[in-house]
Amino acid sequence: MSIGHTLLGLLESGPRHGYDLKRAFDEKFGHDRPLHYGQVYSTMSRLLRNGLVVVDGIEAGSGPERKRYAITDAGITDVQRWLATPEKPEPYLQSTLYTKVVLALLTHRDAADVLDTQRSEHLRSMRILTDRKRKGDLADQLICDHALFHLEADLRWLELTAARLDKLREAVTR
Amino acid sequence: MTPPAGSLLWAEQLRKAYGPTLALDGAEFSIHPGEVVAVMGPSGSGKSTLLHCLAGIVTPDAGTIMYGGRELSAMSDAERSALRRSEFGFVFQFGQLVPELTCVENVALPLRLNGSSRKEAERAALTWMERLEVDELRKKRPGEVSGGQGQRVAVARSLVTNPRVLFADEPTGALDSLNGERVMELLTDAARSTDAAVVLVTHEARVAAYSDREIVVRDGRSRDMERAV
Repeated sequence: MSIGHTLLGLLESGPRHGYDLKRAFDEKFGHDRPLHYGQVYSTMSRLLRNGLVVVDGIEAGSGPERKRYAITDAGITDVQRWLATPEKPEPYLQSTLYTKVVLALLTHRDAADVLDTQRSEHLRSMRILTDRKRKGDLADQLICDHALFHLEADLRWLELTAARLDKLREAVTR
Repeated sequence: MTPPAGSLLWAEQLRKAYGPTLALDGAEFSIHPGEVVAVMGPSGSGKSTLLHCLAGIVTPDAGTIMYGGRELSAMSDAERSALRRSEFGFVFQFGQLVPELTCVENVALPLRLNGSSRKEAERAALTWMERLEVDELRKKRPGEVSGGQGQRVAVARSLVTNPRVLFADEPTGALDSLNGERVMELLTDAARSTDAAVVLVTHEARVAAYSDREIVVRDGRSRDMERAV
């Protein structure tokens, strides 16, 4: 995920302090991975340098100064461009698993075992997501569904590979 | 071997052949009350045969199945039939409801077959239909309800006798994702609340994710992934 674009997008509804941005990000997108303050401030410095945000005001308090950021027209255009650009699909996500399976075959280990163990691990993650989905709100459900469908796609690959192990063994040990 | 402590249904070394085809070749299984176990594996791996053996529908050629401390193969056909009617519940993928009966009559049917009065059976049926959120369909016939609704009616029927084991063979196979998930939520919630064990045959990972653990059947042999890890 592009943190910069996400923070920019959050600024479109109005100027915010760095702390508010972090809180909004964590609430809507952070879930398992909340942002570090350092990430927020380094990202905002970069956006400032690139003219995508400006400092809208500074509040002096007992602690460090609190900058309030506002998005610029260039920032809005950048968010628009990001939203309109499709993400690159990652067709080789399975390469590590493929390597493990082939290595198992080459070294005369049980490749079905590799696949079964991976399936079990995937299902373990799917159980956690399913449970979270059942207890969560609509946002949780949609986020978990996205992860679940990806894990399910991996599992389909695992099943298909398991069904083709004999042919794969022939091919790689030829 | 002896069944693990607390297991409700347990099997070992099951073999079953259909002609020259070996459907089960040393399969094992165990489940505790309140547990949901997914039986996974590719088509033709033997998972449905395993379910049918465990439920006493099919007799294995060899091996042992123990249910509640009794050996299934030592029971008479009549005893096994009685067991299936009173202690086991079944949900399948298709065509389980009797088209001529209303939904509430369908749900009440297992109780009627067990000798309950119509009033008593339909009262219990309605309680389960409410839990499965299909009580408003009570007077409709199966042909008048959607696939997802019909499947929930079938789940209500499978639970109406308060079975100790629920056998579900691809229960969401004919449903879309949303309906399938709702059926699984309701089915597993209902089973857990009554401490029923669920043997869930599925090839769908999203459905298996509602289970507590899975066993994988391949070439008639089973592998308990929890014990394997």
